[in-house]
Amino acid sequence: MIRYGMVIDTQLCIGCGDCVVACKTENKLPAGLNRDWVVEATRGRYPDLTTEFRSERCNHCSHATCVHTCPTGASHLWKDTNIVLVDPGKCTGCKACIAACPYDARLIMTPDGYIDKCTFCHHRVEKGEDPACVSSCPTHCMHFGILDEPSSAVSRLLASRQQKVLLDETGNQPNVYYLI
Amino acid sequence: MLEELLVTVRSNPKIDPSLGIWSWEIPAYLFMGGLTAGIMLFASLMVLLARDEEFPFVARKLPIWAPIVLSVGMLFLFLDLSHKLYVWRFYTSFQPSSPMSWGSWILLLVYPVSILLAACTLRQGYPWLGRLVDRFAIGKGIVDFSCRHRATVAQWGLVLAVFLGFYTGILLSAFSARPFWNTGFLAPLFLVSGMSAAAALVLLGTRNEHERHTFTRIDIVLITIKLALIALLLVNLATGSGVQIEASQMVFGGEFAIPFWVFFIIPGVMLPLILEYWELKGRRRAWMFISPVLALYGGYMLRHLTVDLGQTSSYLNYVNAFDPALLDLLR
Amino acid sequence: MKRREFLKLSAILGAGTAAPGFLTGCSPPPLPGTGAVETSPTVCNICFWRCAGTVYQENGEPWKVVGNPEDLHSMGRLCTRGTGGLGSYLDPDRLRQPMLRVERNGRQTFQPVSWDEALDFIAERMRGIAEQHGEDRLCLFSHGVGGSHFRKLLASFGSRGYAQPSFAQCRGPRDVGFALTFGEGVGSPDRTDMEHSRCIVLIGSHLGENLHNGQVQTWIQALEKQATVITVDPRFSVAAGKSKHWLPIRPGTDMALLLAWMHVLINEGLYDADYIARYATGFEQLAAHVQPFSPEWAFLETGISAAKIRETAREMAHHAPASLVHPGRHVTWYGDDTQRSRAIAILNALLGSWGRKGGFYNQEKVDLPDYPTPEAPKPRSDWQAVVQKDFPLAPSGITNAIIDASIGPDAFFKGWFVYGTNLPFTIPDSARNLEAAAQSLDLFVVIDTMPAEITGYADVVLPECTYLERIDPIRNSPERNPSLAVSMPAFEPRHETKPAWWMAKQLAERLDLGRYFPWDDYAEVVDWQLQQVGSSLEEMQRLGVKNFPRTTPMYFTPGQSVEFFTESGKIELYSAMLAGFGQDPMPVYTRPERPEPGYFHLNYGRAPAHTFGRTINNPQLFELMPENAVWVNPLVANELGLNSGDYVRLKNQDGVISNRVRVRVTERIRPDSVYIVHGFGHTDARQRLAAGRGADDNGLMTRILVDPIMGGTGMRGNFVTLISEEYTA
Repeated sequence: MIRYGMVIDTQLCIGCGDCVVACKTENKLPAGLNRDWVVEATRGRYPDLTTEFRSERCNHCSHATCVHTCPTGASHLWKDTNIVLVDPGKCTGCKACIAACPYDARLIMTPDGYIDKCTFCHHRVEKGEDPACVSSCPTHCMHFGILDEPSSAVSRLLASRQQKVLLDETGNQPNVYYLI
Repeated sequence: MLEELLVTVRSNPKIDPSLGIWSWEIPAYLFMGGLTAGIMLFASLMVLLARDEEFPFVARKLPIWAPIVLSVGMLFLFLDLSHKLYVWRFYTSFQPSSPMSWGSWILLLVYPVSILLAACTLRQGYPWLGRLVDRFAIGKGIVDFSCRHRATVAQWGLVLAVFLGFYTGILLSAFSARPFWNTGFLAPLFLVSGMSAAAALVLLGTRNEHERHTFTRIDIVLITIKLALIALLLVNLATGSGVQIEASQMVFGGEFAIPFWVFFIIPGVMLPLILEYWELKGRRRAWMFISPVLALYGGYMLRHLTVDLGQTSSYLNYVNAFDPALLDLLR
Repeated sequence: MKRREFLKLSAILGAGTAAPGFLTGCSPPPLPGTGAVETSPTVCNICFWRCAGTVYQENGEPWKVVGNPEDLHSMGRLCTRGTGGLGSYLDPDRLRQPMLRVERNGRQTFQPVSWDEALDFIAERMRGIAEQHGEDRLCLFSHGVGGSHFRKLLASFGSRGYAQPSFAQCRGPRDVGFALTFGEGVGSPDRTDMEHSRCIVLIGSHLGENLHNGQVQTWIQALEKQATVITVDPRFSVAAGKSKHWLPIRPGTDMALLLAWMHVLINEGLYDADYIARYATGFEQLAAHVQPFSPEWAFLETGISAAKIRETAREMAHHAPASLVHPGRHVTWYGDDTQRSRAIAILNALLGSWGRKGGFYNQEKVDLPDYPTPEAPKPRSDWQAVVQKDFPLAPSGITNAIIDASIGPDAFFKGWFVYGTNLPFTIPDSARNLEAAAQSLDLFVVIDTMPAEITGYADVVLPECTYLERIDPIRNSPERNPSLAVSMPAFEPRHETKPAWWMAKQLAERLDLGRYFPWDDYAEVVDWQLQQVGSSLEEMQRLGVKNFPRTTPMYFTPGQSVEFFTESGKIELYSAMLAGFGQDPMPVYTRPERPEPGYFHLNYGRAPAHTFGRTINNPQLFELMPENAVWVNPLVANELGLNSGDYVRLKNQDGVISNRVRVRVTERIRPDSVYIVHGFGHTDARQRLAAGRGADDNGLMTRILVDPIMGGTGMRGNFVTLISEEYTA
């Protein structure tokens, strides 16, 4: 299995939302639906403060509860990777996968009703390109690559910097890392 | 102090600000499923024990309600699907890790067994219907078949009823992402609640004093167990992880406190328990049909609140920096 | 049942007598990019930074815009707004056809007219103005590249009146302050060499929130290389969050801090003595001048501890000359803005950063000849001498001065062209004056893509197509390397919209000025110019961007003698020119007014999702940020009983009340200030998304602190209080 992942540097991210617009235009999403979003976390009291910006999306977990819970196999892994996709032709819209995702990273596609989500832009990955969000980021704070390959940019970043993942305690083994 | 904000608006319908993917349809389906389980359990038991003289309603008239209630339940499930035309996809694969897949295949087994269970009791329970069915070769064939294999049908009915009853709870408790659901008490709770609902149905339907008396006693026991399981569930959550503690707090304060206590525990659990206890003491009056109705109401409310609470409980607590309703202007 | 689903099913049933077909179901929607993809080069026009990019269409439908990797402005990556650029094309509320103000039943209204009618009307009025008052009485307000066509039209007609709000409402003080010191301005894109800076000082500049693409990217590169950032801001801005030192300064006291920093650098001998000796004049006066401004003195004014002032000054000096005190961009704050910019320039001089790696680099552009046209007639008057006589040091048009010179029967200006700038949301407290001007003017033309508030004053509204539907003048901005970028139309103009060059040429022909526009299509001009530098339209259609080698060094070479474009030929720490005009030759500090109890400094700024008020209605960007919010410190919120998500109105010191605005309670702001993002609170109902969303800071700026040197409108002397408002969705 090839494990793709994202590494996002919260210290360089400015929370501009370019990733969100790039995702929406690249993937032609209807207005009002989002596959990614940006969170700003401020800690401390004036004037002793820190901020952290996080571009968030599906974590393409190694233990993908959404895939496990899908009754029809519509939620599946792309090829031999951890990229979680939904096949609209198999999706009944039962929404179990939505409930199964601790990150609330899935959405109901309008008007069709099947379940949609971040695809890590597998149509771009297939061509050797980065996902749209990563390749649009004006601060270059987002990185994409193969996590188990020690020479990849993402692996090198993870080896050299402090990091965290979101909701580690759920046991989902997310593959989007945040440098802190 | 932590201020955590969504600085790009996130307002995915039915997902933000907290899940609202399941409205009344899934609770109603779970209720119907549990009720079916209870019906089949009691009916199969009476058929197996050959106590149909003693419990005429349960053994003869109740079984036909299983396929009917189940059909209505499955209709509700269908109504909930947002991509309805692909419903047949449930039956093109079996996903061993998916409770819902298990459920859909269990239903596929439960359904014919519930029909056979109804068929083997049809001629005694509903003679006019039995005669009607017997006019059709296929109907007569099914009834004859079921009567020949009465015991086997009842055995299957018993086993599948327990599966079905547990399944309605496991369906939710398997969602580790939803703290309120993520407890092992949901499965027995939903099974017991389904049995209690079936007992209430018996109380509404029977004209037999012995049957009524016995099932009142059964229901009192079931409601008591149910109450205990609810208490255990809350204790289990309240002593769990941070998000589970937060989830349990929703019923002790906040928006769910009134629905939970005033609209569920008191009228749907405590009141039927008290009324049925009175009834056992021989104080039954004509208006006592209220207690089984309340018990049925409580059975539905249990699922409705559980589904709502689970959807509201979350690992995430993001707040939009800007009014998400403004995105409706674009939709 | 939705028809689409039904059709899908029948397709399956129709196709699939074979069971496997039925069971495998329908195919998912096609993946992006699998259809017929076409691309075309563009230069983003969502803001003035003008990044080069590529427009993608798939199966004839607009798909996306992405950055051009060769482009130095964007380094291949568009910003949030550029990525959402298609929204400007897709916006259903765009202006669609020319409109003429008519009187109907005693009420004025706009009537859609043909282009001929609209242009004939304008030409006739222009002739009328020329006959009655002279052909020099027209002026142009412009923000955007297409304005150059109208500027040429007016010049050929005989009028040179011209102003951009980006001068008197934005970066004017900086350009004047730096020109007075170094003989040159900072330019646009700014000539800051941040990718090589080791220390960056931001004075209220909220890089990252103002998403000037290439500049933000170079700042981020500095951060990545662990450069020290010192941010001076009453608000914990995004930049402050990435800074080693955040100095939450008392609003309006920046000058005190700058003077104290100079005091430390000079008194501790930390300044670049060799650089100063070689290039600067007036050091002795400056050294004497800053003696009273000790860090201890500055602490009382700014609230920044003396130790912190010393520490940061030493840190700057430690990294000098790769130590950049950023000149900022929007700097019309307190009326002493040219002087504050001078102080920043002087500080940079002391650090020796001008012309040095990591400081300010020398920019270069392509030597691109103009398309040969006859020279415009010499205007019969020097309008600046008439209209801007109080501000002889202002090198550019002052919007507010022009407006003042357009009111009343004796006003100088009689006709306005307003291109791509929504003046009532740009110039503080201008609504009344704009209304008065509209009453006085004989001609008021607005050229825009959107029904902005300014269109409400116009006699004629000309709908322009967006940058995605037109060819624009070649981008030839000064950069690290000389570079050209060309924007080709990706789409046919929607509705009846037209490009500015077409409008200007049509008007010129109606005024017998066709000889100034001797071509049929502006593409001929672009092609001709490109041919002169060894390229062509055909080549640029393919490349989009072409970079040329530098011919001059980027930085001063060690020991190089440099002639500065100042009177003395040196960096002027002491400005004899300012003294000559009766101004302070060296910056002095004036204590700002403080708010009354219950009132707060009104601070404002930008958000990365929007370009001022121009993009609020852009559906793709509205979705990201549909309203603004007023930032309030928790101490204040507690006192006022406010929570995040509540709605309030802001009332300023003169009783002006804003539209309702959402509250954000946050530690990220001083308790004596509130903050809102500029550009919201639109009132024109034709912008269906933007109208009524959030509060307009501009409307609350009724106390304007005019800069005595360059005439700009200082906007940060306003105070507001919060009026609670029950939320009604």
